[in-house]
Amino acid sequence: MSDQGPVRHRGSQHGRRAPQLTRREFLRDIAATTAAAAGVVTLGYLAYSDDPVRRREEAVHRLRDFRVEPSAMHPVLAVVRGVQAEPMVREAVAQLGGMGRFVQKGDRVLIKPNVGWDRQPEQAANTNPEVVGALVRLCREAGASRVWVSDVSLNDPARCFFRSGIQAAAQEHGAEVRLPGANDFVTTDMGGRLLRIWPVSRFFHEVDRVINVPIVKHHSLCGCTLAMKNWYGVLGGRRNQLHQDIHTSIVDLAQAVRPTLTVMDAIRVLKRNGPTGGSLGDVAVENTVIAGLDEVAIDAYSLQFLGLTPDRVPYLAMGEARGLGAVDWRSLNWVESRLG
Amino acid sequence: MPTSLRSYRRYWALFFLSLFLFLLWVADYGRMQGWQIALFLELNPLTALAAFLTSGTLYKGLALALCIIVPTLFLGRFFCSWVCPLGITGQILGRLFNRRKPADEQHLNAYRPMFRIKYYLLVALLVLAALGSLQIGLLDPIALIYRSFTVGVLPGLDRIGLPVHLHAPVFQGGVLVALLFAAILVANRFMPRFWCRVLCPLGALLGVLSRRAPLRIQRDVDKCTDCGKCVRHCQGACDPDRELRIAECHLCMNCIEDCPEDALHFGLRRARSSAHRPIDISRRRLVETAVATAVLLPMVRSSASGLTLPTAAAIRPPGSLAEEAFLGRCIKCAACMRVCPTNVLQPALLDAGLEGLWTPVLVNRIGWCEQYCVACGQACPTGAIRRISVAEKTGKPPHTQPIRLGTAFYDYGRCLPWAMHIPCIVCEEMCPTSPKAIWYKVVPVAGRDGKPLELKQPFVEPGLCIGCGICENKCPVEDLPAIRVSSVGETRSTTNQMLLKGSSA
Repeated sequence: MSDQGPVRHRGSQHGRRAPQLTRREFLRDIAATTAAAAGVVTLGYLAYSDDPVRRREEAVHRLRDFRVEPSAMHPVLAVVRGVQAEPMVREAVAQLGGMGRFVQKGDRVLIKPNVGWDRQPEQAANTNPEVVGALVRLCREAGASRVWVSDVSLNDPARCFFRSGIQAAAQEHGAEVRLPGANDFVTTDMGGRLLRIWPVSRFFHEVDRVINVPIVKHHSLCGCTLAMKNWYGVLGGRRNQLHQDIHTSIVDLAQAVRPTLTVMDAIRVLKRNGPTGGSLGDVAVENTVIAGLDEVAIDAYSLQFLGLTPDRVPYLAMGEARGLGAVDWRSLNWVESRLG
Repeated sequence: MPTSLRSYRRYWALFFLSLFLFLLWVADYGRMQGWQIALFLELNPLTALAAFLTSGTLYKGLALALCIIVPTLFLGRFFCSWVCPLGITGQILGRLFNRRKPADEQHLNAYRPMFRIKYYLLVALLVLAALGSLQIGLLDPIALIYRSFTVGVLPGLDRIGLPVHLHAPVFQGGVLVALLFAAILVANRFMPRFWCRVLCPLGALLGVLSRRAPLRIQRDVDKCTDCGKCVRHCQGACDPDRELRIAECHLCMNCIEDCPEDALHFGLRRARSSAHRPIDISRRRLVETAVATAVLLPMVRSSASGLTLPTAAAIRPPGSLAEEAFLGRCIKCAACMRVCPTNVLQPALLDAGLEGLWTPVLVNRIGWCEQYCVACGQACPTGAIRRISVAEKTGKPPHTQPIRLGTAFYDYGRCLPWAMHIPCIVCEEMCPTSPKAIWYKVVPVAGRDGKPLELKQPFVEPGLCIGCGICENKCPVEDLPAIRVSSVGETRSTTNQMLLKGSSA
């Protein structure tokens, strides 16, 4: 750069001659170019491969089994009818032995309601927020170190959690809402017949206990969406392909995710136009909460709210055949009670 | 406490730049409640004037532009260095990019004839507006910076690990917007505030408004020693050392601080104040520009425009005005795209005609219109998208019909139950209306091997379909979905209809 004030001289130095090359300069330049050449060749040798892409082993995770030891002292299915959600949830969990049986002090708990849709509680497309709030409180009382509420929604997740009232209910009782972002999915081996390697929300890999909190809804393809189908909400990726064999997919999911406890919300039931609903005319009030450890039995029990029978819902028998539970819930140790 | 006018200017500039960034950040479903997110877009006199020329009304918040226009008449172009986020960014970058000797700085901050370009651009854009084509948003600095942040900068932040959104959005052709913005920023490297001095039509408008401002930078010709130090940090390149070019002055107040003789002050003219210069453009050139624009527009329109092209590809956001009125109000600011929760709103390339460049269209492969969401209408500063209520959108009383964006059509050759005997009906599951616009027949068919199968084959009920596009978005046929929405049946149009009954009821 010239140093002559505001007027710049560019490209006007063609008349000047370069200084003589000294021996020292020559040797230095030769050394530098030789070293660079050696470096490039070494790099080429190291990077050479027959493969057009570099393969990296991706870690594949498995979900842990979240169940607790079975107990002969307690029923496996508890049905509670009543009016107010919180006492119903408390009573149902108490019948099964109390939350202390499922959540120990210091446990990390994930509560998985159905928060699939941008709908308000009255429309019954998502789990009742009071049921979620009650479970958060029970987990807190049992000494859980942290309680997460999470789902993989179908509509915009922020809107779903806000307008369903579940965000407010969860936060009010001391849980944290975790919305999975694009980077929050972990490659997971589902070990199913149809479902093998799928992206699963990482939050399910980072907890000790999982509580399934589905809602009873109509579903055109499957007839119903209940506890076992609620596990769609762990998956990312192109899960809309699962419709192509929905019954096998549901059984695969239920086999891969074994929850600590299931609490079915049948307070408001979406009778038709499911799973989205939208009109209050689609909703009937049934005021029932069902808690249990056998998802097949809970789903079979819940069919009565939709006017279905087990023979019209093939995944139940398929689930029983794979040892996931009993379709004939009456054969189990079950209790029913009524509050208020 | 600041002690000089320059310090005041710096504090205000920092405040307004922070406010702009804050309002941009807050414009998101989870955060936007109650904030005046469109404030900067509404304060903008240029968009208010241009949209007034196309549509004949000063829409709601755009009246805030008077808060800039009236003080400008008295004070001059204070907006450019005190309020404008693009101007303030240019000022900061012009400072960071340039470490120069005093002589160079004088050279860089000298007035140049090319500064006239902005006045010609202003005239061309206003003539276009008066003739019904609102292109102001292409070059209006506020619309430009808002669009650039929404489409370029914020999604970029997501990708370098500074998440602004839960899911990093994508915008079609966003690279064009981002590169234009980058070029404007880098231009400060070669001339500080290149954009503001040479191109900015809003700066030109404010310059015109400030022609008779009584309060100005004044130079005392007796005290002045012609040392030229006042030019060193001059933002407007407005010749404070000579006869001040009032229309170029941003009131940055740097010259006052740089003057060793205390010869400059801001205020009324005094007995020994120097004369000032008017705008450096001739009436003849202005008329030429206006006539050239007026001739060009019909020629462009006769080939391809938003009005002459079929608009099936352009599905507009819920509450949008009819296409002609929409194009007469949309300033391409991307405020609607910023608040859209599903990223379905995309800047149009040529989908809506040449004049519709960067106006919002729905691309259902990327997102869908969330049934209960009306955020885009809340964000729109000009009323191109009306502020509708959820009740109006969903057709709840007192409204009788939901707002339709278009209609979904099956491509049965690609639909799994229709073409391949594979169960699916994801579209039916997703359909948000009650009763669902997508319904199915249970059809007994024989498979290839002759075995009987029962399939649920879907149909669209056109009277119920709202054109939200979630069926198209969630269709498992990834590349070219088996159900696609086009704009026919949209509520806003009386002509783009296909049904004899109940089309616009």
